[in-house]
Amino acid sequence: MTKIVVVTSGKGGVGKTTTAASFATGLAARGHKTAVVDFDVGLRNLDLIMGVERRVVFDFVNVIHGEATLKQALIKDKQFENLSILAASQTRDKDALTAAGVERVLDELVAEFEYVVCDSPAGIERGAHLAMYFADEALVVTNPEVSSVRDSDRVLGLLASKTRRAERGDGKVREHLVLTRYNPARVAKGEMLSVDDVKEILAIPLLGVIPESQAVLTCSNAGVPVIREENADAGLAYQDLVARFLGEERPHRFLDQKKGLFSKLFGG
Amino acid sequence: MALNIDWLKLFRGERKTSAQLAKDRLMVAVAIQRAELAGKSQVPPYLQKMREEIVSVVRKYVQVPDEAVQFSLQRERGLEVLELNITLPEHAA
Ligand SMILES: Nc1ncnc2c1ncn2[C@@H]1O[C@H](COP(=O)(O)OP(=O)(O)OP(=O)(O)O)[C@@H](O)[C@H]1O
Ligand SMILES: [Mg+2]
Repeated sequence: MTKIVVVTSGKGGVGKTTTAASFATGLAARGHKTAVVDFDVGLRNLDLIMGVERRVVFDFVNVIHGEATLKQALIKDKQFENLSILAASQTRDKDALTAAGVERVLDELVAEFEYVVCDSPAGIERGAHLAMYFADEALVVTNPEVSSVRDSDRVLGLLASKTRRAERGDGKVREHLVLTRYNPARVAKGEMLSVDDVKEILAIPLLGVIPESQAVLTCSNAGVPVIREENADAGLAYQDLVARFLGEERPHRFLDQKKGLFSKLFGG
Repeated sequence: MALNIDWLKLFRGERKTSAQLAKDRLMVAVAIQRAELAGKSQVPPYLQKMREEIVSVVRKYVQVPDEAVQFSLQRERGLEVLELNITLPEHAA
């Protein structure tokens, strides 16, 4: 059965789009037919991170308004032919997304794909609400930072009440914690909330911890999802995350401080 | 998972790390947020655990029955209060 997975956070700029791009790419790389949809109307981003910005002809809102078919608007990934991207519209009309329109497009995607990944905008307004409303599962992207954690808790409350599953009494939206921009060295010094701290406060299962990594910027510069960067911790961490999502057991590899040359040479 | 507020350290007035400070503030902030949204009916999941751990710390020093420890989160005139009440047995102090 097809799963709709929302990538959400409340707070802006925590790594939702980075996560949605890598997550969708990882699912496709493992053989699952996947669509990733940008819900950030007015502030399209996913196309750049996926490296397809020059191939956007029609967008999500065009499909909702019947100005293009879904087939015309879906952009096929160059690397993985079982991966498609639906870009957000750049319209400034906040009401461009309607619940009925979104439902119709998602129904069509569900009929064709195994996974539909929804990249939510920040906030808890209309766009964010519609991105999570039809979800079966949610990746709650959080930074180890007070405002991000509190916003994530807020979003968990919404997932439990303001979704189709909640309203129909269809069982809960399955929640996964994705802790990003994690800096083990700062955690070790007591300067940053640890993964255990955040887990304890939010009390949802941990899917993955993505370390703070320069590769994320390099990859977004190039329009390549960081999961395809095999030489970067963040890329490997996303690969582990996808494997866990698909039911594999994988240890969390990047929770400890990287050993510097000194401690490598002298132990410690 | 253990709750990392080190109450003894707090009592002795030792300096918290920045991360501990963040966590302590968050615990309360999240509790308040949930209480506000749920119209006070919902209790954050860690409160019960926090209570149990505090009781176990207290019992290292004084034997108190369960009921002697009252723990509550309240809103009073726009002020959020996390209240901890421990009734010590008479001969203890
Ligand atoms: N693990 C990471 N290490 C370093 N930088 C990161 C990491 N994850 C994300 N970033 C950076 O953080 C910024 C925000 O990331 P991203 O656009 O994915 O967040 P977002 O939650 O989608 O933002 P918005 O709320 O605006 O949609 C980007 O500059 C990105 O490169
Ligand atoms: Mg984004």
